[in-house]
Amino acid sequence: MRADVVVVGAGPAGLAAAAELAEGGARVVVLDAGQRPGGQFWRHRPEGIEADRDLHHGINEFSTLQRRLRDQEARGALTYLPGHQVWNMTASHDHCVIRALRAGRPADVAALEVRARYVLLATGAYDRQIPFPGWELPGVVTAGGAQALLKQDGIALGPRVVVAGTGPFLLPVAVGLARRGADVVATLEANHPARWLTHPRALAEQPGKLVELMEYAAALARHRIPVRNRTVVVEAHGAGRLEAVSVARLDRHGRVSATRRRIETDVLAVGYGFSTQTELAVSAGCAVTTGSEGTVRVTVGDDQRTTVDRVFAAGEITGVGGARLAQVEGLLAAAAILAALSDQPVPHSAALRRIRRERARLGRFADALHQVYPVPDAWPSLLRADTIVCRCEEVDLAGIQHALTRGARDGRSMKMLSRAGMGLCQGRTCAFATATLTSRSTDERLDLASSVRRSIATPVPLGLVASHPQADGSPTDGTTTFDPPQRTGRDT
Amino acid sequence: MSSVTRVVVVGAGIIGASCAYYAARSGLDVTVIDRGGVAGGTTGAGEGNLLVSDKGPGPELELALRSLDLWVELGAELGTASFELEHKGGLVVASSDAAMTALQEFAATQHDAGVACENVSPRELAELEPWIAEDVAGGVLYPADAQVQPGLAAARLLEAAVALGADLRLGEECVALRTAGGSVQAVITRSGVIETGFVVNAGGPWAGALADLWDLPLPIHPRRGFVLVTEPLPPVIRHKVYSADYVANVTSGSEELETSTVVEGTPSGTVLIGASRERVGFSDEWDPGVVQRLAERAVALFPPLARVGLMRTYHGFRPYCPDHLPVVGLDSRMQGVLHASGHEGAGIVLAPATGELVTQLITDEQPAGYAGALSPDRLTLVAS
Amino acid sequence: MSTFEFDGNEVPFREGQTVAGALIAAGRRTWRTTPRGGRSRGVFCGIGVCFDCLIEADGVSNQRACLLVATESLVVRTQAGVGRP
Repeated sequence: MRADVVVVGAGPAGLAAAAELAEGGARVVVLDAGQRPGGQFWRHRPEGIEADRDLHHGINEFSTLQRRLRDQEARGALTYLPGHQVWNMTASHDHCVIRALRAGRPADVAALEVRARYVLLATGAYDRQIPFPGWELPGVVTAGGAQALLKQDGIALGPRVVVAGTGPFLLPVAVGLARRGADVVATLEANHPARWLTHPRALAEQPGKLVELMEYAAALARHRIPVRNRTVVVEAHGAGRLEAVSVARLDRHGRVSATRRRIETDVLAVGYGFSTQTELAVSAGCAVTTGSEGTVRVTVGDDQRTTVDRVFAAGEITGVGGARLAQVEGLLAAAAILAALSDQPVPHSAALRRIRRERARLGRFADALHQVYPVPDAWPSLLRADTIVCRCEEVDLAGIQHALTRGARDGRSMKMLSRAGMGLCQGRTCAFATATLTSRSTDERLDLASSVRRSIATPVPLGLVASHPQADGSPTDGTTTFDPPQRTGRDT
Repeated sequence: MSSVTRVVVVGAGIIGASCAYYAARSGLDVTVIDRGGVAGGTTGAGEGNLLVSDKGPGPELELALRSLDLWVELGAELGTASFELEHKGGLVVASSDAAMTALQEFAATQHDAGVACENVSPRELAELEPWIAEDVAGGVLYPADAQVQPGLAAARLLEAAVALGADLRLGEECVALRTAGGSVQAVITRSGVIETGFVVNAGGPWAGALADLWDLPLPIHPRRGFVLVTEPLPPVIRHKVYSADYVANVTSGSEELETSTVVEGTPSGTVLIGASRERVGFSDEWDPGVVQRLAERAVALFPPLARVGLMRTYHGFRPYCPDHLPVVGLDSRMQGVLHASGHEGAGIVLAPATGELVTQLITDEQPAGYAGALSPDRLTLVAS
Repeated sequence: MSTFEFDGNEVPFREGQTVAGALIAAGRRTWRTTPRGGRSRGVFCGIGVCFDCLIEADGVSNQRACLLVATESLVVRTQAGVGRP
């Protein structure tokens, strides 16, 4: 299969870009692991997103994007492939090769290779986790996982739920669960929203966000959900399944109080910000950095192009900043890719200038948000020797410490000596924690980049790797030439 | 001036770790330096093969036989679980009658040289390895073949060396040697000077570059190899299994990509698949063609692997010497310099005997019989 | 009502629902034990990233229940450790 552009990810960034690209004349293939478009932000049930208006923001925007994509599909300009996981990508000087897997029950799994002139990576993010005693008990889920079950399956985990961690994402999770009948017994925020007062400009530039925050506060109050700031879960208790959590306050210096309160609950939905899905960018050779907020960011220029000519990136993987920023980046990437396809410079339009300014404002807000809601520094003090750090390989803190005594000093050697990160999730869940523990012990910089070197982004049956189509595309493919619309001189 | 002989080992991979261990055990004052971490190079990218099965009669086989005995001792001394030592045995499989004949002839020469091996029929192969392809022509079983987790093995050896008084300095890069009157005086690193009478070049595929730095050229080059790792499985592949063409692969000097099939299980349940050899310098570029070819051949040998998930791949660089022998011994161009590199894909199995030989040479003991053939001075070694 | 088989029992599902969603709706929270500690696991991240929710589907282990869409003839089993060969 061939295309002008492959868009990987059908969340806000991917959808915004794909619509612009196809309408702009490019032949687009959208590959998305989900069954329906929307990514995490607009994850919805098979019955449609309108069935859950009270669980979503920007439904009209989503519906418009969805309609535009369908129109382009009908036109033959866009191929949308849900249920497809990209497992590897390589880029050369004149094209990219995207290797994907059509997921399904074992007999239905198939391989697909797409060649494209450009790729836009919009692979998004997932909840970042820190370990604590008991976190592996059944009943402990990520905040995003609780929300995914809610939005995708209409399932409100419970009956009693504690929502904990840090960041404003916890609020829609708590409110959503409550709206669908869960007994949200508490929402625990490790930081304090008063920290926003140290970032007045960012808040002032985003009045809508402040309104949103207040709406959530009101909703939490209506559902009688107590909110405790500067509070963290220090332990999850239960015999074989979660029965209660112990919580403690953090003082102004972030130290954990010795006083524990016990909250009985059936489910704990926990999240400490987000980690980004950047392995495809790294596979293709793109430069990445570790941000001060502790996530990996793909390095992009003003046009959303990475350090590899044929590869663009938009959305959370360039820096976690929410759905609107993701869309804005998608639009800018699309403009740049359309220009590259027709060998023209990106047009100087007022519309694009406005979008770039919006990107800058939203970026400032995101930076401020990360500073208001950092991962609490003292989390390692909660760990005991037998606290699981790597869930897949069941490596506990003692195993991590043993590796440190034997010379583990970076991501690679820590993985090799402790096995943390060697399991099926390949470090996605534990990399932040193990990298932090390593860096604190060795006094070296936090090294997250090595953990995202994954040449295989999702397990692929060996038989499909063995017979992976290396052919040059089928003759019944759609147009492979770029077909730009007539320029009318109007702002687009 | 101390009366205890000082040795600096450059390189904290399996060879350096082994040299450090045997030297420290022998009472030498050992310092190990590495510009990176433990097993940061070839060792961390290997499969942990301890094979005699792929070696024909000659000095390398003798080194391997001695080294395998030492691995057994190390397992008893340091704990087999600490580096996942498994005496699983090796199975070489022939896919055709012609290959089987050649394999049997080769095995006979190995047998004469002291390698335990026995022919197995296709039916016996199927009993030994239920997942093996139906159309195999037969094979040879080598009970002495074993496996370790190489990174853990290097770490364990270094830990034991440190316990015996060795000094381990990671993140310490050698930038020069200080010599006087044709002998070593000190090793100069980025952060200081280590006075020493002996220095061991255990730089793996970078041993050539290190030797250049010391103005003692040595023809060691990188030969890249990929390893495929599957998702964790129950124990379905019980031995180290490889196709008969693996042997031809190892001994060739071809510039082209060569792949041969090597498949084995690990204690954690993952299955490792190799082996490829390319001369592409130190290129880190992922190669879809190599990965595909390795997957293809593994599935051909073990058809049920077709539905097993490939979870990750990694690659490393073997230290390759053009005459296919490791380079272990004193450098006659500079007193006090030893080299211990060029082990190609056999570094793990050959490490203990290498460490033992290096120690023998430093302490002026009678070295093992194969020392002459492995010496850097050997006539076949032409700087290339 | 559509159903799939789980450990010999019939589990109802709605069109488009994942195996994890259907199992949780039917009251099951765990369907796996870990290889080393024998610990019970079910959904953790819910979006296919953490590989906690592994299940055996149509005889093949290590399938992510939160991604696998339920279908009528699907045969699903608890995965013990690394599963069956």
